[in-house]
Amino acid sequence: MLHETDSADNILELSDYRVGFRTERGLAKAVDGVSLSLKRGSTLAIVGESGSGKTVLNRGIMGLLGANIIEGGSAKFQGEELVNTNRQKFWGTKMAMIFQDPMTSLNPVMKVGNQVSEPLRLHQGMSRKEARDRTVELFTLVGIPEPAKRFGEYPHQLSGGMRQRVMISIALAIEPDILIADEPTTSLDVTVQKYILDLLVDVQSKSNMSMVIITHDLGVARGRADEIMVMYGGRIMEKAPSETVFQEMKHPYTQALLSSIPRLNDPKHTRLTPIEGFPPDIVDGPQGCKFAARCKYAQDTCLTLTPEETTIDTHTYFCHFPVGTDAGSEALKSNEDKGFTAAGLRIKSKGEVV
Amino acid sequence: MNEEQEINADEVTNDSQASEEETSISDSTQLEVSEFADKKTLGFGFWLATFWLVLISFLAVFSPILPFKDADKNYIAYEQKENPLTGKVQERPVQPPYAPSGEHWLGTDQDARDILSRTVEGARISLAVGALTALFGMIVGGTLGMIAGYFKGILDKIVGAIFLVVLSFPGLILAILIVALLDRSLLTISVTLGILGVAPIGRLARAQTLSFSEREFVMAAETLGAKKSRILIKELLPNVLIPMSTLAMLVIAVAIVGEGTLAFLGLSVQNSATWGKLILTGSGLSTLESSPWVAFVPMGFLFLTVASFNYLSDRIRDYFDVRDIFVTRD
Amino acid sequence: MAGSGNNHLRTEFDDVLLSVENLVVEFSSGRKNKVHAVSDVSFDIRKGETLGIVGESGCGKSTTAKAIVQLPKPTSGKVEYEGTDLTKLDKEGMRQKRPSIQMIYQDPISSLNPRRTVFNIVNEGTRVWSTEHSQQQEIKVEEMIQAVGLDPSEARIRRPHEYSGGQCQRISVARALVLDPQVIICDEPVSSLDVSVQARILNMLQDMKDEYGLTLLFISHDLSVVKNVSDRVAVMYLGKICEIGDGDVIYDNPAHPYTRLLLAAIPDPDNKHSQNSDVLEGELPSPLNPPSGCRFRTRCPRATEKCETEEPSFEQVGNSDHWVACHFPHIDNELNAPTSDEGQFIEGNTDDEILWPPAD
Repeated sequence: MLHETDSADNILELSDYRVGFRTERGLAKAVDGVSLSLKRGSTLAIVGESGSGKTVLNRGIMGLLGANIIEGGSAKFQGEELVNTNRQKFWGTKMAMIFQDPMTSLNPVMKVGNQVSEPLRLHQGMSRKEARDRTVELFTLVGIPEPAKRFGEYPHQLSGGMRQRVMISIALAIEPDILIADEPTTSLDVTVQKYILDLLVDVQSKSNMSMVIITHDLGVARGRADEIMVMYGGRIMEKAPSETVFQEMKHPYTQALLSSIPRLNDPKHTRLTPIEGFPPDIVDGPQGCKFAARCKYAQDTCLTLTPEETTIDTHTYFCHFPVGTDAGSEALKSNEDKGFTAAGLRIKSKGEVV
Repeated sequence: MNEEQEINADEVTNDSQASEEETSISDSTQLEVSEFADKKTLGFGFWLATFWLVLISFLAVFSPILPFKDADKNYIAYEQKENPLTGKVQERPVQPPYAPSGEHWLGTDQDARDILSRTVEGARISLAVGALTALFGMIVGGTLGMIAGYFKGILDKIVGAIFLVVLSFPGLILAILIVALLDRSLLTISVTLGILGVAPIGRLARAQTLSFSEREFVMAAETLGAKKSRILIKELLPNVLIPMSTLAMLVIAVAIVGEGTLAFLGLSVQNSATWGKLILTGSGLSTLESSPWVAFVPMGFLFLTVASFNYLSDRIRDYFDVRDIFVTRD
Repeated sequence: MAGSGNNHLRTEFDDVLLSVENLVVEFSSGRKNKVHAVSDVSFDIRKGETLGIVGESGCGKSTTAKAIVQLPKPTSGKVEYEGTDLTKLDKEGMRQKRPSIQMIYQDPISSLNPRRTVFNIVNEGTRVWSTEHSQQQEIKVEEMIQAVGLDPSEARIRRPHEYSGGQCQRISVARALVLDPQVIICDEPVSSLDVSVQARILNMLQDMKDEYGLTLLFISHDLSVVKNVSDRVAVMYLGKICEIGDGDVIYDNPAHPYTRLLLAAIPDPDNKHSQNSDVLEGELPSPLNPPSGCRFRTRCPRATEKCETEEPSFEQVGNSDHWVACHFPHIDNELNAPTSDEGQFIEGNTDDEILWPPAD
């Protein structure tokens, strides 16, 4: 299901994209039908917990999962179909990726400066000196102090935040059309995290690079992404412009996610509302909506019928009984009265899951 | 049943049923997501190797009561042949070695001794040497290594020096010395080889102990109030034992071959058939040419046994490695 | 900022369970160098309280936790538990005290022995302290496993790798509780867990605390989590505490410049402090050679000469449980801002800093 027909504007277009792994127990559907369009120059944040499929989705798009997976559907990069093709030609030129742990992504026995200048010399044909100068320039851009000195250092001599900055320099050196950042700040201190995220947004806006940020932290996504996409069980739950997700969230999972994190504004000892249950089995998964087993709005329909896509303006969601709608409120109320959801989850009054 | 099914924890099998659409996927698939997601099943080769080892051990242990021929008896065959000296037809002995036949399934050696029986008998000694060597190495090397790795400090330095000395000693010369000074009993040979095994096993034990003692569960045990000795035995040993055991299997293999080498130097166990001796018996140039089975049968048994131990060692290590590694967040 | 000064210790209360005074932990690194991991840290925890220690990597919070349980013994300072100075005890003496102060660790996987069944792991505490296998003990262990939400009969046959991260943390908690401790030190217990699992573990900790009357020391780098869980909060930087006091008070009105920057950086959708566009500049100085005077001065927007020469000590902010170690804390609409006659604004690093990657 394509959303935008003016595909010339879209750098990335996914249509019912799927990724599966063969396992002992059967086919593991890690990505179970994802459709999205990423406009050139914009930022998409993909939010999800472990098992949501967000990492598989992105590695799948980049082609980093190896040859032994099963891909389905369509994934077009700048109009060119990617599925079941070798994407190597894009690596280091048009597509760049930053990973969560810079220590394992950087070559430990190579000077960091060389790790940046190498792609410059390889892909952009720069001379040694040119590449070095550009590297120092990039280091300054990303805020590495004493960039010339740092050029000759090895990854283990740098702090986590610095290493991540080096990773970003490598990505920037490539001047990619799209940058995929997979949990880029998860292992960093919060002050460094802010710096890195601001930096990414800054660079992105200056170079009109498209960006996908993968994170488990909704707060990170807010204000830094044009669009937020919430994933669960290999599927999209909700997709909308950043603020819309927070102000007018429609999917119960998004709502549950936000309610389960401790908030600065709450006084101390505020009881948190966890999401009960466990992530779904992606091999032998549930029919119907993947989130139904843990959803306080769940009705019988949810257990059997997969929710269809609902799109209002720029807001897309997949839910039978969305938050804030009549159907949703009634569903919740009826569950509260019964004390159970259709999936057997016990609910106290006021929607508090037991 | 692991209730939180995370994709990384799924394993992959060799023989999954491919449907017609999935022809582009090769047979052995692997999850890229976790680099440790190796094959979790033990596999056909594992069972094959285990079968062989069980078989050969069974034969070795029960050989006295099994219906094999006498290993030391000379089964000289006779035939009616013309005596070149007298011209008369007489019963004359046939020149051994005899090729494999219905009478002797794996043939005989130059003294008409049944090879199958001798090989089975040789298994007893060879396996015993292997087992004793490994046992000695594990107990002495393992203990020293674990003490060095856990208590560190001066104990570590002392043990390190011991290992260094043992490693630097040329094994062959040590063997010759000991055998010359003592005797050529099974025990002596095994202990000699075992001493050589102490250092590699010990070093592994030390490295593993060092690595495991950094893990938080060791600190947790200390926080509970456990004494160091308890931690060593209850927390560290079960973990170190696995890698030590896989190494021990390799040591068994090396020891069996080592015995073979000693036999060629005439230093193997006295008064018993061993595979090394058997191979030696068959290794004369003319024998190899005309009756290769004399050497090849024991060699084959040795090879199969050593290969099995090596293979098992690998498989077990992989199997337990996977068990050890967890899934972390996405 | 300084740990020097123990003004903030609450000697007026008689139910202080754990009191740390002038704690110093130094490691030698190479021949001449010393890592000043924890430099003169003091705080106290009353019975039933939860003290949260928050700080970024390299601040020394984990080291502090380990020093309290003497693993290893701190370089100097006093750790008083129920009137006994733990630093003065010998090995066996400390071992006897151990059941009362338990710990939960960051990495749920690494903190459980992969070769033992979960039941045995939880049971270990009882096995260490008594050699008889009593029915009662087994029942207690089963109850504890159930209390943290796991199935005891499954626990008898399963090993840690068969459980998820969140479940492993529960097992850790059960193991700690089996010894009836008074104090539990939680060292980043939810940092490696999924967001929705975090909530469950935090709730569980709170429940356990209420049920068993525990006193908690909660260490984390996550400010939101710390606020939620703690009664009082201490903010650490480079081996020192810069601000300590009631959680709500500090989060509403942070006085220390570092605390303010920390709070401003949180990507919480409703963070009121994010109006503050200040960013924490520079790099963490090396703990091998920490800055003189106030350790935060090299990155502080308010630093002056005074901060270089004189280490600040704790002063109370107003009348509340709020203490800050700073010469120019943010109090009362900036009446405390440095003025021109107190010396120039000094920003940035001085040349003789050794920049070094902080310990994670």
